[in-house]
Amino acid sequence: MDPEKRPPAVSRRQFASVAAAAAAGFILTACGPKRLRELPRERLAALLEDLEKDYTKRFGTAVAVADTPPIQGVTFAYALDLSRCIGCRRCVYACVEENNQSRDPEVQWIRVLGMNKDKGIDFSESDPYYQPAEVPQEGHFYVPVACQQCRNAPCTKVCPTGATWTEPDGIVVIDYDWCVGCRYCMAACPYGARHFNWAEPTIPRDHLNTKTHYLGNRPRSKGVVEKCTFCIQRVRVGRYPACVEVCPVGARKFGNLLDPKSEIRYVIENKRVLVLKEELNTMPKFFYFYGT
Amino acid sequence: MSIVSQFSRFVAGSFRLVRRGNAAYWAWLAFLAVLIVSGALAFARQVSEGLVVTAMRDQVSWGFYIGNFTFLVGVAAAAVVLVIPAYIYDWKPIREIVIYGELLAVSAILMCLLFVLVDIGRPDRFWHLIPGLGHLNFPRSILAWDVLVLNIYFAINFVVVTHIVYRAFNGRHYDTRIVAPLVLLSIPMAVGIHTVTAFLFNGLAARPYWNSSILAPQFLASAFCSGPAILLILFQVLRRFTRFEIQDQAISKIAELMAYAMFLTLFLHGAEAFKEYYSDTQHLLYTRYWFSGLGEHRTLVPYAWTAVALNLSAFLLFIIPAGRRHWVTLNLGCLATYAGCYIDKGMGLIIPGLTPDALGEIYEYVPSLTELRVAAGVFALGFLVFTLMLKVAVPISLGEFQHEPAAGEAH
Repeated sequence: MDPEKRPPAVSRRQFASVAAAAAAGFILTACGPKRLRELPRERLAALLEDLEKDYTKRFGTAVAVADTPPIQGVTFAYALDLSRCIGCRRCVYACVEENNQSRDPEVQWIRVLGMNKDKGIDFSESDPYYQPAEVPQEGHFYVPVACQQCRNAPCTKVCPTGATWTEPDGIVVIDYDWCVGCRYCMAACPYGARHFNWAEPTIPRDHLNTKTHYLGNRPRSKGVVEKCTFCIQRVRVGRYPACVEVCPVGARKFGNLLDPKSEIRYVIENKRVLVLKEELNTMPKFFYFYGT
Repeated sequence: MSIVSQFSRFVAGSFRLVRRGNAAYWAWLAFLAVLIVSGALAFARQVSEGLVVTAMRDQVSWGFYIGNFTFLVGVAAAAVVLVIPAYIYDWKPIREIVIYGELLAVSAILMCLLFVLVDIGRPDRFWHLIPGLGHLNFPRSILAWDVLVLNIYFAINFVVVTHIVYRAFNGRHYDTRIVAPLVLLSIPMAVGIHTVTAFLFNGLAARPYWNSSILAPQFLASAFCSGPAILLILFQVLRRFTRFEIQDQAISKIAELMAYAMFLTLFLHGAEAFKEYYSDTQHLLYTRYWFSGLGEHRTLVPYAWTAVALNLSAFLLFIIPAGRRHWVTLNLGCLATYAGCYIDKGMGLIIPGLTPDALGEIYEYVPSLTELRVAAGVFALGFLVFTLMLKVAVPISLGEFQHEPAAGEAH
């Protein structure tokens, strides 16, 4: 061989095989499942590992992203005792901490509405910004509202990219990596439960909850929608949602709707129960009741 | 001559046409360019900082962008007002001007798609909506339907006008076997894009102001007012500055159709207002926010009554035959129609639909400067495309500019 004509560092064969592999990879990625909902478990695991590395680097602290699956024979439901709630908003802040909501701008998944006792549950008369010296305020009662986890959910129906759906255990979740941020679900939600990241969410490093779930409280980016997931990272491993644990008056009940011996079933069968905006047929799995 | 070289000659010819123009033409283009650059800068800032630079918030999660989108879908649908009599009844005075309606439709849809793009939180993920590449939630999501019908309607109109102009450039009549079925298809498609867009809002039980079955007919009626309003002004401009001819009879006929459409719009609004005020349920809140305000929240009230006044005066001007014949009242009527429908269908539809919000909170939305700049940029881009397309289509369809085989062969 002529010494002047050195063989190229990458042989034609090598180049061709790398190119072919790249093309095949591209086609597979382009045609294969891309939504978290349809990813096979092995690919999901690999993806979550990448996410963990990414978050760990970003926050400078080890972040775990779990993919705990739904438990067979479990459908989660919630009940809130309107006669006990004192409107202290501890649930709001516990939720923010647990679920890594942005501190600036503030995102809050629970909205506590202050209502007039002589008006009853009337949203147009409610005040989410009540700030008296002390709660509960004379003549008022409080209705905390978060995602109602509807069985006939208007939000999942309208999503143009199928980025939000109901899990087998009844939790309505969002794929933050697939959401395009069109906010159609927010227009469709009758409970104001969906919140948009209008700016890049910020969480101080030492406030980050490092135990996360890929469909729940893992860090989000700007431009996507988020909402209450019944603390999917907790309830799928048998713990209560943060708001249930923090409530100082025990107004919040949570459990398996399919278990006849659960507390949630006791409440539904023995108390005066209502759901918000019943006429819309959204069939919430979030019930309100009067315990006393 | 091969098709490729023929087509490249057409493209080259088009470029020659858009490069020619008087001072007014260049001033107009410069004006549009300024708006486009300003809009692009504002959009760049929106992309880097997030939609927080708009006035939209969780309470009012859609605003000026979606309002403009809705209005422009109506403008695009209105091309059909000209197409129906032109092709079905072969009504000559309108027939020759249909192509301009279709060009308007193409530009309007382009603006619609841009308004959706600037509204979404993650424009980098728009490909998630492309079937095959992404995942389109069809048929469950009405937004998925809208994506499909808007793109099909865009394609149909684009093919028809390109075919007609291209053939005219080569000195041939358009092929009826291509044009006729596409034009016939564009009629139900025009009704379709507007109906689907109405259903987008209509289907949301969470928003009583939109959840009314009268919404789709109302959309269509107001579209048949605002679309032709733009075209009538355009025809007068073209008649003045080019050799383009349009008979007064055709202009007056379109104005007459607009009067009927405006009557229908007013009637449907009246029917809606009656139902809301007479039944006086909690759902009246949204209509009251629009027409009289809620407590100290009265931002939209002046707009509501301005729209009513504009629509009523447009109707009166056009229902009287003398009113649509005199050029002053004709143009006043067009401007009133355009402005009235713009307020009504844009802000008047979106904002009261979301105020008070689902939990009763009143957040008074007023678009931010960024939103105004981005929207102006989108409109300017749409008008730029419309202007350039007209610049090509007008001389070619007037037979002033044609490919001459002899000259072509010499090159």
